[in-house]
Amino acid sequence: MATKPKTSKKELLHLYREMLLIRRFEEKAGQLYGMGLIAGFCHLYIGQEAVVTGVNAAIKEGDQMITSYRDHGHMLALGMSASGVMAELTGRSGGYSRGKGGSMHMFSVEKSFYGGHGIVGAQVPIGAGLGLANKYLDNGKISTVFFGDGAANQGQVYEALNMAQLWKLPTLFIIENNQYAMGTSISRSTAQKDLYKRGLSFGVKGVQVDGMDVLAVRDATKKAAAHARSGKGPMILEMMTYRYRGHSMSDPAKYRTREEVSEMREEHDPIDMAKNRLLKEKWADLDALKAIDKDIKAIVAEAVEFAKTSPEPDPSELYTDVLLEVDA
Amino acid sequence: MAIDIQMPALSPTMEEGTLTKWLVKEGDAVKSGDMLAEIETDKATMEVEAIDEGVVGKILVAEGTQNVAVGTVILQLLEDGEGVEVLFAPKEISSETATTPPTPAPEPVASKPEPIPEPAAAPVQSAPVEIDVPAGTAMVETSVRDALRDAMAEEMRRDERVFIMGEEVAEYQGAYKVTRELLQEFGDKRVIDTPITEHGFAGIGVGAAMGGLRPIVEFMTWNFAMQAIDHIINSAAKTLYMSGGQMRCPIVFRGPNGAASRVGAQHSHDYSSWYANVPGLKVVAPYDAADAKGLLKSAIRDPNPVVFLEHEMMYGEIMDVPDLDDYLVPIGKALVRRVGSDVTITAHSRMVGRALEAADILAGEGISAEVIDLRTIRPLDSDTIIKSVKKTNRIVCAEEGWGQSGIGAEIVARVIDEAFDYLDAPPARVFQKDVPLPYAGNLEALSLPNAQDVVVAAKGVCYK
Repeated sequence: MATKPKTSKKELLHLYREMLLIRRFEEKAGQLYGMGLIAGFCHLYIGQEAVVTGVNAAIKEGDQMITSYRDHGHMLALGMSASGVMAELTGRSGGYSRGKGGSMHMFSVEKSFYGGHGIVGAQVPIGAGLGLANKYLDNGKISTVFFGDGAANQGQVYEALNMAQLWKLPTLFIIENNQYAMGTSISRSTAQKDLYKRGLSFGVKGVQVDGMDVLAVRDATKKAAAHARSGKGPMILEMMTYRYRGHSMSDPAKYRTREEVSEMREEHDPIDMAKNRLLKEKWADLDALKAIDKDIKAIVAEAVEFAKTSPEPDPSELYTDVLLEVDA
Repeated sequence: MAIDIQMPALSPTMEEGTLTKWLVKEGDAVKSGDMLAEIETDKATMEVEAIDEGVVGKILVAEGTQNVAVGTVILQLLEDGEGVEVLFAPKEISSETATTPPTPAPEPVASKPEPIPEPAAAPVQSAPVEIDVPAGTAMVETSVRDALRDAMAEEMRRDERVFIMGEEVAEYQGAYKVTRELLQEFGDKRVIDTPITEHGFAGIGVGAAMGGLRPIVEFMTWNFAMQAIDHIINSAAKTLYMSGGQMRCPIVFRGPNGAASRVGAQHSHDYSSWYANVPGLKVVAPYDAADAKGLLKSAIRDPNPVVFLEHEMMYGEIMDVPDLDDYLVPIGKALVRRVGSDVTITAHSRMVGRALEAADILAGEGISAEVIDLRTIRPLDSDTIIKSVKKTNRIVCAEEGWGQSGIGAEIVARVIDEAFDYLDAPPARVFQKDVPLPYAGNLEALSLPNAQDVVVAAKGVCYK
């Protein structure tokens, strides 16, 4: 990028902190998985932190987010409590879904987080539906739908893009292109790899963004959000990013070289990029950054403690929340 | 030879229509592709095209004639060189009376029920049951189609958040005209035509429900909802549970389900048992117009996702609907449509009509049948069924869908669990033959269960 995006000490410190919380939270979740405290599927967001953090910095309170099963980062970015998320990972009653959803299925009406969806691509039309509700209710909100490069090949994504453009829905389609659909690299799964062009046949504008640079993500999202909010319809943002870990905890990621991963970590890490700028601009020194790290570690430690000690759901919970009672 | 132009069928189920307008007059020369007349049914308006060249000879059915049966000769076309004298002179038909086709129209074999003997004069103690409405409530004759429309219109007037989306629901007025005039009253914000993308618009409906609206998603038929079943089950039905009770999804998925008439296997699938298998859904399948209205209104108000299974062959049936401002039928309650003492017959949707016909026949043969209209498939009203079986000691479960893992299989299992000791005979089931629905009229008729099948099963469990 030719010129550095504008920011301030306050903003960058905040974004750094947000990304670091996701990183440390996910590292801990990986550990707990190894210890057997987290079961089933667990998809970590490590490496992709700049995407949701940058998007969140560009949207307004009340704008909705919806994503796939790789959802921990989104919830933390929206300000859902680390303890509530971690306790859901351990399947405890203190979790956001009271232990009944797990890693892939959490929601928060209060924080406008609409899940947490396990079927690849299914969140995309649902997110467009949130956009339809916004337009219908004329509430000034936009919805942001996150999906991966793998989901970008699902048919329903195109059905949703078509209707979103046809009806000018205030929805941002945010593709987190981490280069791998589980174990299949984008070049092996995708005939035309420029995913930001995927809306062209519907007239949906798309932009490719350096998804490792939180400020680039913020700026691109701001423009796209203004477009959607002004009634011009949806936009696609293709965030070029990378996940350091496997697809899920059970994936050893043998389909790529160690060098490829180290290169991304050492030269493009979103948290390091933010850190370097903070130091260069003299907005923080190493001691200040250490203090932030300490804070974050304390939050994560508290979340782990809560997730370990919160009781499992009461057996009576088995039959609750299947149907709502009909109001008399 | 003059060419007979007959009243055409606009759909496989059309039996008669109105000849609204002649677009030619006697003596006009016409060629293939010219418009001859305009005809109308309760579902659609269509123009009749000439397929042969010739001169309009005799117009046999006057403009404005209603109830013209399919197959009636409406016009005779003279071929080159012919004069009017070749025509025998048929009597002109007045615009007030319906016509009878000079040659009988080829009737679809499938829709023809098995010949049913008249019930004997002295029926046994088996009586029809009235629905639960205040005494003195007037009844209005309404088609099932209009009852469904009225339910939606009433709920849309009552709640701004209610809207309908689907293929052809707005401008076209509904593929089966169930959404007729809704666009005119509510506008295109609330009556939304979608592209032919069931998977996508079902998902958008779910998202809109999560976002605070009350969507009604119409599938042109439930067969097409196979494209969308992931959203019905994974996105709508499971979300409340997966979110620990936080995320609601109040949505109605509706449309015609099951076999219509001569439309082949891919358009004739009964999905009752598929959706009934899923916790987190309510599944409703009304039989008559009153239930269609009252249950759809309840479904729209329900805070849960509801699968609402209609029947295309019932849309045109004219039945009584209570003349009440707000007629609601609770979801989850079966209705004893006919009280009897010898055998219980359960059915839902169109099959209820077959069960009632069967009960008439059985009455003539000295067997008193109790007919239970399930109305709701999930939650299934076991109490009503078990109570009835404890009285009759015999049960026949009838449905239009397949037998394996069907609604009858479920009911039989519950009866065995809860009333085994009351049974005087093994429970019997009546269902569609275990084949994809065939197109040929005779095979289609063989594959679908009819009243006679119910009679045979009922006599079987009564050892008669």
